[in-house]
Amino acid sequence: MSKIHVSTSINGDAVEYLCEPEETLLDVLRNRVGLTGAKEGCGSGDCGACSVALDGRLVCSCLVLAAEAEGKTVSTVEGIAEGENLHVLQQKLLDHAALQCGICTPGILIASKALLEKNPDPTETEVRYWLAGNLCRCTGYDKIIRAVMDAAAEMRGA
Amino acid sequence: MVTEYKEGSVGAEFNKREFKVVGTRPPRPDGVDKVTGRALFGADFTAPGMLHATVLRSPHAHARIVSIDTSGALAMDGVKAVVTSEDFVKQTSSGNQDTLDNCMARGKVFYDGHAIVAVAATSVKIANAALKLIKVEYEILPHETDVDAAMLDSAPVLHEGRKFRNIPEGNNANVSGYWEFGHGDMDEGFAKADIVIERSFKTAATHQGYIEPHATLATMGPDGRGEIWVCTQGQFMVRDLAAAFVGIEASQLRVTASEIGGGFGGKTTVYLEPVALALAKKSGRPVKMVMTREEVFRASGPTTSSSTDVKIGMTKDGRITAGQAKLRYQGGAFPNITAMLGAMTAFASYDLEAVQTQAWNVLTNRPKQAAYRAPGAPMAIYTVESVVDELCQKLGLDPLEVRLLNAAKKGTLSSYGPTFDEIGLVATLEAAKAHPHYAAPLGPNQGRGVSCGFWFNFAGNTSVSMNINEDGTVAVIEGNPDIGGSRASISMMAAEELGIPLEKVRTIVADTNAIGFNDVTDGSRVTFAVGLATIKAARAAIQNMCGRAAQIWGIDADAVDWVDGAAVPTGHNAGDFPPMSLAKIAADSAKTGGPIAGHFEVNADGAGVSFGVHLVDVEVDPETGFTEIKRYTVFQDAGKAIHPDYVEGQMQGGAVQGIGWALNEEYIYGEDGKLQNAGFLDYRIPVASDLPMIDAVILEIPNPGHPYGVRGVGETGIVPPLAAVANGVSHAAGVRMTELPMSPPRILAAIDGAK
Ligand code: FES
Ligand code: FES
Repeated sequence: MSKIHVSTSINGDAVEYLCEPEETLLDVLRNRVGLTGAKEGCGSGDCGACSVALDGRLVCSCLVLAAEAEGKTVSTVEGIAEGENLHVLQQKLLDHAALQCGICTPGILIASKALLEKNPDPTETEVRYWLAGNLCRCTGYDKIIRAVMDAAAEMRGA
Repeated sequence: MVTEYKEGSVGAEFNKREFKVVGTRPPRPDGVDKVTGRALFGADFTAPGMLHATVLRSPHAHARIVSIDTSGALAMDGVKAVVTSEDFVKQTSSGNQDTLDNCMARGKVFYDGHAIVAVAATSVKIANAALKLIKVEYEILPHETDVDAAMLDSAPVLHEGRKFRNIPEGNNANVSGYWEFGHGDMDEGFAKADIVIERSFKTAATHQGYIEPHATLATMGPDGRGEIWVCTQGQFMVRDLAAAFVGIEASQLRVTASEIGGGFGGKTTVYLEPVALALAKKSGRPVKMVMTREEVFRASGPTTSSSTDVKIGMTKDGRITAGQAKLRYQGGAFPNITAMLGAMTAFASYDLEAVQTQAWNVLTNRPKQAAYRAPGAPMAIYTVESVVDELCQKLGLDPLEVRLLNAAKKGTLSSYGPTFDEIGLVATLEAAKAHPHYAAPLGPNQGRGVSCGFWFNFAGNTSVSMNINEDGTVAVIEGNPDIGGSRASISMMAAEELGIPLEKVRTIVADTNAIGFNDVTDGSRVTFAVGLATIKAARAAIQNMCGRAAQIWGIDADAVDWVDGAAVPTGHNAGDFPPMSLAKIAADSAKTGGPIAGHFEVNADGAGVSFGVHLVDVEVDPETGFTEIKRYTVFQDAGKAIHPDYVEGQMQGGAVQGIGWALNEEYIYGEDGKLQNAGFLDYRIPVASDLPMIDAVILEIPNPGHPYGVRGVGETGIVPPLAAVANGVSHAAGVRMTELPMSPPRILAAIDGAK
């Protein structure tokens, strides 16, 4: 079968690629576009390590076909910082030591950024439920939740 | 080589001091890479001309391989190489042969998911299509996945004709290990008790559940030299095993550890690495292999499952008079010693006159177990702590008071042989007793659980090099993958010892050709052993720098001391010179004898055991059997917390893995011997909404075996939660729970059964 041509925008850059019809957005990001920030922990929508925003909506990129990105905007962890300046969420994850191995971190960042865009003042329970699709096996979530709450507070104040 | 640190010199290392860097909470050096997506993990490596390989796995739990025909796969366009067990070198050690046979089945498949053939092709899609063209003829054999059933005479035998050492008469051919520990007169001990409780417990096999699947990239040229990039807990272990399996010398294989996305013990062995190397050798091309999540569950090591009988006697006032446990573990199709560790740790928290443990390892048709945080201890201590709790309940005694009354302390003859040195159990118990959590009121359907936990900790082979750069900065080169912030703590110890700001130090994890041998990142050994070697390497560098200063000043080298990052003259006749900083000495090094470095190599000892106490409040819904964790507090002795954030992180992460083990996680096998829940949907690890905050209280009872008093902290945290949660649930539900996981149906059945 012939490949599909896709024109899309990734982290603000116009990007074109050819993909197989069954190829996932995650595979294309990692293997064709060279953005390995999104991780594959399961390939079945259960871990959230592959989280990206598609037209601003939080999705598991392992469950999205690469062809679906046509004409849309894709945001990945590589696009969160602005130049040398870390996003508040990135800084707060570091300040709170909210990562151990760091494999879940790209997904946690994308997911919590999507949360704070929708709900700038979430309760602890809201953060916990929003991030329930992002597995972290290292931290027990404590420091992650604190970091996200702290980032939310700072972003509200700013 | 500087090797003044000798085995057996335990107690000579610790010196009380004021710290400047140690104990603070600076940002970790690899942090920015990990929040920006720049950090490269196992699956993130590529090489020009790279092939992709996938693995054909057994659909049967137990079968003889009659024949394998790979011709169809080899004939396919895009397929470049195929390997089977025939392509590997027979091993002289049975342990290595088992590891190899687990990587690629030889003659027989022992479990659902056992690897049989690997195919390298120009894409994953082609490799997978080629797997379908491989014809394997099986002679299907009866299988067994249950630990108790596998010990029966009627059980199918996995390794016919293989003899295992030290197995007492009366055990069947699946028993691959037997151990016993203890001291004192058991009959006399039980006779002194006012009450004796005997119970049997079962725990399910769980998986480490690291979010990053195993991944590797290997190259090998026609010159017989190879390279491997891999997510592993030990690049030297990968080098030694992969080189031995494909038949090259260690010097010809260079292994680089990537950033690692979790391991918890599960990445202390090889699965894909030798296979990728063999495929690279055959094809002459780089070969990448990445496991799917299903493969991680079916074919990489879960922990052991267990079946244990415990008997404990207690006097009315709470003194334990005797403790006995019979532990039966299965760790899959190949021998392992996890049951032995269970038998050693079961009663380690207690000072007992009479104690006896016996352990059996039994072979079953399940994947080869791998280490998982304090291997063997959580399930053993769960059984003992459950019975101690029930004794307290029956006698109306406070569970922390009873543990204080019986706690192991300095001078206690431990249940597994050695006599304890300085240990922190009493202080940890007292901290728990004094904590507001212990006095907080409980609501309806709630229960509070308590448990102690113990782990030995390990030290082992360690090499560290330290280079003093000419600009006054310092490079630390070590060989242990950083699995949870160790580069931060190693840099902190280097800065502390050298007396320079932390920002001046950068620590890297080197490949196998750039530093001497290191044992894998396991046994909670890195902050202890690599830290110790870093401090000693710094001392060697300091000695060198004092010599350089003495040379410049024209005085004796031993008239120079090192204070706050600078050489200073010391003693009456040393002369009056202003301090000479590290930066100044480094800048002048070319004139005083060349580059300055320090290094240290050791097979370290003195890791220092660690104890923890966990308190948990649970609420059990009597309608559904669902358990909610309401409050959780961890108390643990860290010896000295170098970077308290990451010590807390270990305590919290361990506790939550233990909560998962207690409540949800379980390998479920069908009648057909196939794993039924090989994915994160059906094998459910705790998610953020399952949990409250996990409060972590660090105690610091210095380990005499480390210059700063450090004890390993990585493993102890997973030990207490099983019993703590089980005891909480037993109180809340009003019925004693004896099987893990305590899933809602199991709790409901127990509640109904007690009515
Ligand atoms: S990889 Fe997409 S959810 Fe796990
Ligand atoms: S930090 Fe390792 S999985 Fe979250």
